[in-house]
Amino acid sequence: MPKNKKSKNSKISKTLKSMKKNCSCYLMLAPFMVFFLLFTVIPVVMSLPLGFTDFNMMQKPKFVGLSNFYTLFLNDKVFLVAVRNTLIFAIFTGPFSYILSFLLAWLINEMKPILKTIFTFVFYAPSMTTSVYITWQLILSDDSYGYLNAVLMDLGILNQPIKWLTDSNYILPVVVVVQLWISMGAGFLAIRAGFQNIDRSMYEAGAIEGIKNRWQELFLITIPSMGPQLLFAAVVQISASFTVGIVGQNLVGLPSTDYAAHTIMNHATDYGNIRFEMGYASAVCFVLFIAMLLANKFINKLLGKYVGN
Amino acid sequence: MKSHNKKSLEKNIKVKKKKRLNGSLGGDICIFIFLTILGLFMIFPLYYSVVQSLKPVEELFVFPPKLYVLNPTLKNFSDMFKVAASLWVPFSRYVFNSVFTTAAVCVCNVFVCCCGGFVLAKCKFPGNKFINDIIVTALLFSSSATWIMQFLVMAKLGMIDKYWALILPNISTAMGLFLMRQSMSTIHDSLVEAAKVDGAGLFRICWQVAVPNSKPAVMTLIIFAFQGSWNFQAGAFIYSEELKTLPTIVQQISLSGIARQGVTFACSVLLLIPPLIVFLAAQSNVMETMANSGIKD
Repeated sequence: MPKNKKSKNSKISKTLKSMKKNCSCYLMLAPFMVFFLLFTVIPVVMSLPLGFTDFNMMQKPKFVGLSNFYTLFLNDKVFLVAVRNTLIFAIFTGPFSYILSFLLAWLINEMKPILKTIFTFVFYAPSMTTSVYITWQLILSDDSYGYLNAVLMDLGILNQPIKWLTDSNYILPVVVVVQLWISMGAGFLAIRAGFQNIDRSMYEAGAIEGIKNRWQELFLITIPSMGPQLLFAAVVQISASFTVGIVGQNLVGLPSTDYAAHTIMNHATDYGNIRFEMGYASAVCFVLFIAMLLANKFINKLLGKYVGN
Repeated sequence: MKSHNKKSLEKNIKVKKKKRLNGSLGGDICIFIFLTILGLFMIFPLYYSVVQSLKPVEELFVFPPKLYVLNPTLKNFSDMFKVAASLWVPFSRYVFNSVFTTAAVCVCNVFVCCCGGFVLAKCKFPGNKFINDIIVTALLFSSSATWIMQFLVMAKLGMIDKYWALILPNISTAMGLFLMRQSMSTIHDSLVEAAKVDGAGLFRICWQVAVPNSKPAVMTLIIFAFQGSWNFQAGAFIYSEELKTLPTIVQQISLSGIARQGVTFACSVLLLIPPLIVFLAAQSNVMETMANSGIKD
């Protein structure tokens, strides 16, 4: 036992020594770490303790125990709607858009270089914009002068205009489509680059080993050797799909009619930024963060198994 | 026998190669058409907002709408400045705010990520692995997830309604550090060692050896920082009219009704064009960097 302790002590002193030796390393990291701690770590970590309080930013936070979480899950009907909507968004802009990204990247990869560049640009471009919801507002306008309504009425599919942005039956699908439209972001780029990265000789080796068609090539060579990029893209996609809200907010307002497109992020914005009930907003954020972490872990396991990392 | 076998193998490979290139011409055309249709859907709203911004008033409200401009005009853009001049603050101020904060974010982001990424990629020190793990997890928590909680930190530090609120939160991005580290870890160790032997300090090695060798990553960081900051919707952090940036103003103008439709589109195009140009100019760099982006356990 004492020996163990001694070795532990010497280990600590060794670590300290090497820390001292490497102090310039820490100095180089410091500028990043300061802002990282302030604006990423503290906000994420503080959401739990603040979730236990009643905090309006004027007075000191008051400890209220589990009451925020209790209200959240048992008494707040809007939150449950938000959870449902967030899951719907997450499914469409998560797995669906992930698979779409992969498919598009795969198809693009077989083209000529100039076409590659053009298509990559075309699919990535929407995710670089935030202001184009104005065009969507024009297209989806509620009266018969909205372009979509006009086209559908011309074709005889509709008799009267649909209120795409204010009818609670249509808001969610409409926002999902727009969200999907901007969802080909950094994840898409990573997958695109991953395809470029694969060693051509692998395919030749595969051909010798008897791979017959594109599909076998895809599942036996391409995907396994793109594992790291796929994991990265998954993280980016989870992050994007769980935090949707701004698009809906711009397009259909906050809150939307009947909370039809209300997401967890919108709920947190509502409490944190409009009502200034920061304690409650923190609880909402904490639940969201945990959900993101769990989703990430799950995807990592799933992909890790397949990719064989 | 053996040589025959080899020959048939070679033949086999050749056939395969041929098949990949020409065999499925029909399939390639199908793929091309599919991608084109999807691409048109993706690009249409962007294209249309450019068209709308160039239309004179007579054409803006023609119904059914035309997908092209007959007499393109820049009047909407000049009107935009006029409309904006009737606001409290001259329009150029908003442009300045956007340009200034974006430039500041890009410079600081590249600086801190280069320093940090280099150390994480090329130095062994206690805590290295731990920090790496944190960064990979933090990829999840981009500012779109944490901004409500960031508000508290900023309020505590008295940064609300100051330029700081537009700049500081966007400096340290986990994505930036991660990409930089991935890219710099492909630099050969011997380069770093050689510089060490020559007596260069870490900082000098970083900026004179590592950074020049990972230019694509630097370009990519600039692009991501640019996009993030240029489109940063900071409505919650900024109240003063003279500190607002372009996205907020586009929103304000667009909410003010249909009469200013041309102007709204002019604004949105002004907001849209810079990121697109920056990306297009540097896209080969981005692809090169993203190729190193994989997460390895």
